[in-house]
Amino acid sequence: MPILELNQVSKHFGAIHALNEVDMTLAEGEVLGLMGDNGAGKSTLVKVIAGNFPPTHGEIRLSGEPVHFHKPVEAREKGIEVVYQDLALCNNLSAAANVFLGREVKRGAGPFRWLDHRAMAKRAGELFAELKSETRPRDLVRQMSGGQRQAVAIARTRLSKARLVLMDEPTAAISVRQVAEVLDLIRRLKDAGMAIILISHRMPDVFAVCDRVMVMRRGNKVADKPIKATSPEEVTGLITGAIHTA
Amino acid sequence: MASDAPQANVSIESVLGVQQHNFWQRFTSSQAFWVTVALIVICIVMSWLQPASFATTENFYNTTRNFSFIGIMALGMTAVIATGGIDLSVGSIMGLTAVSCGLTLDAGYPGWAAVIVGLFAGGVAGLINGIIIAYLGLSPFVTTLGMLAIARSVAVVLSGNRMLYKFGPGGPSFKALGSGAWRITPNFELSSPLLFLIVFTFLLGVVYKMTSWGRHVLAIGGNEHAALLTGVPVNRIKVQVYVFSALTAAFAAILSVGWAGSAINALGASYELLAISAAVIGGANLMGGEASAYGAFIGAALIFVIRNSLLMAGVDSNWQGSFVGLFLIGAVYLGKLRGAKRE
Repeated sequence: MPILELNQVSKHFGAIHALNEVDMTLAEGEVLGLMGDNGAGKSTLVKVIAGNFPPTHGEIRLSGEPVHFHKPVEAREKGIEVVYQDLALCNNLSAAANVFLGREVKRGAGPFRWLDHRAMAKRAGELFAELKSETRPRDLVRQMSGGQRQAVAIARTRLSKARLVLMDEPTAAISVRQVAEVLDLIRRLKDAGMAIILISHRMPDVFAVCDRVMVMRRGNKVADKPIKATSPEEVTGLITGAIHTA
Repeated sequence: MASDAPQANVSIESVLGVQQHNFWQRFTSSQAFWVTVALIVICIVMSWLQPASFATTENFYNTTRNFSFIGIMALGMTAVIATGGIDLSVGSIMGLTAVSCGLTLDAGYPGWAAVIVGLFAGGVAGLINGIIIAYLGLSPFVTTLGMLAIARSVAVVLSGNRMLYKFGPGGPSFKALGSGAWRITPNFELSSPLLFLIVFTFLLGVVYKMTSWGRHVLAIGGNEHAALLTGVPVNRIKVQVYVFSALTAAFAAILSVGWAGSAINALGASYELLAISAAVIGGANLMGGEASAYGAFIGAALIFVIRNSLLMAGVDSNWQGSFVGLFLIGAVYLGKLRGAKRE
């Protein structure tokens, strides 16, 4: 059974049809590259899945069960984690504090429940080690490199038993070496059995880590095929509209 | 940064094990530390220049009591500033609280009832601030500026523009709260406002460091959008910080009325400047995300020790505002320099 299933999902903002009857499925351990030009509907699709707003029409199923989200927190409770383009990190807090933001580990009893700094730093350290990232849990995020910041945002998704991770342009604004780091992180998530949707403008990244590529244009899905059955040239053509559908 | 990629796999665990900053290193790199150093230097110099007037137990008692009212308000202000907000209404909330307490005591109710009424009046003003800022989305500056005018005018109307001093049977117990003292040695006393300030500073420090509420307050100031996305109850916490700030102002007013023995509707006029200055001098960042309880304490102390020193040096007291203003601007500039260095 697929982890994620979208049936005829549409999203309209007034007269603007941001998404038109999109179907898609995603299996465990599968990495889907979601490509398209600006305004093609990629972000809208991700926001619908992540619970930022409900679809106008259509149905979303998680492991076969229909879901209706109204807030991102509800989607997170069902095992959908998002790594936002801006990473949604607090620069003034430590890496561990960011990983545990909104779900801090506490100890104590009754009204006296204190943050368990040690447990959080230890768990965050384990997650960074799992991701093979040289990130110190107690360092402030403002002192970190782009790759380390990505690791913090990704470690957050590993905290719960996430089944599906949505990544919005994780390689857009970082250096070449850091891109390689992030792609490694994605492969590790895949090995851990997670389904991943990777939104990216960068063709080499998509072809490096994805199993399938889905192309959107003007709110419509125009292609969805295995990465081995396509080429960067074809995908570029699909994105720009030079090739109509595939 | 650690070693290059080939060795990375072996070194990760050891790298993760390194604790980069211990408590002492963090403290000495904070603004509050340097303010503490400045304060000690000023005290040493003044004790040397004016041994007969500065370094006396009476002067210590009076100065520490005077800064305690502002210090208590500055504690509440740090929480508001930490979320990236500002509370300009605290001075007027003091006036409103003073009048509420005065009227309750005048009507013959006991001291504890006056305390509750005072805290309630202040808390309601803070609740209105918080609801408007969090749920209607108005700017903290405009909202609390409005409350500055409203709370003061309500205080004037309620008091009938007279001084309230004929406290009924509740008077003595109410006054004891603000005018009491704790005798340490036969000729060395700590005022009760100072004791309250010390206890509150400690408690708020623990809250910032050890509770998820404190962490969420800082997270909202660091990146409000991120806090929202990760499930932090942003709006509820914003309401809470304005209520907290108003309650600290109300409590400072209760102590102040108790100490003075009379309630006037003008109590606290322009104290918002002092409370904000104390918090900022102590290291609170007006952009949000940084605040410390100890900073509020030491910031208030510095302002009042400097005022005290200027008076003793024979400087016209009308110059004090200029010095507070200069220190405020200087502290913000220092914060900006530190911020630029860190990024």
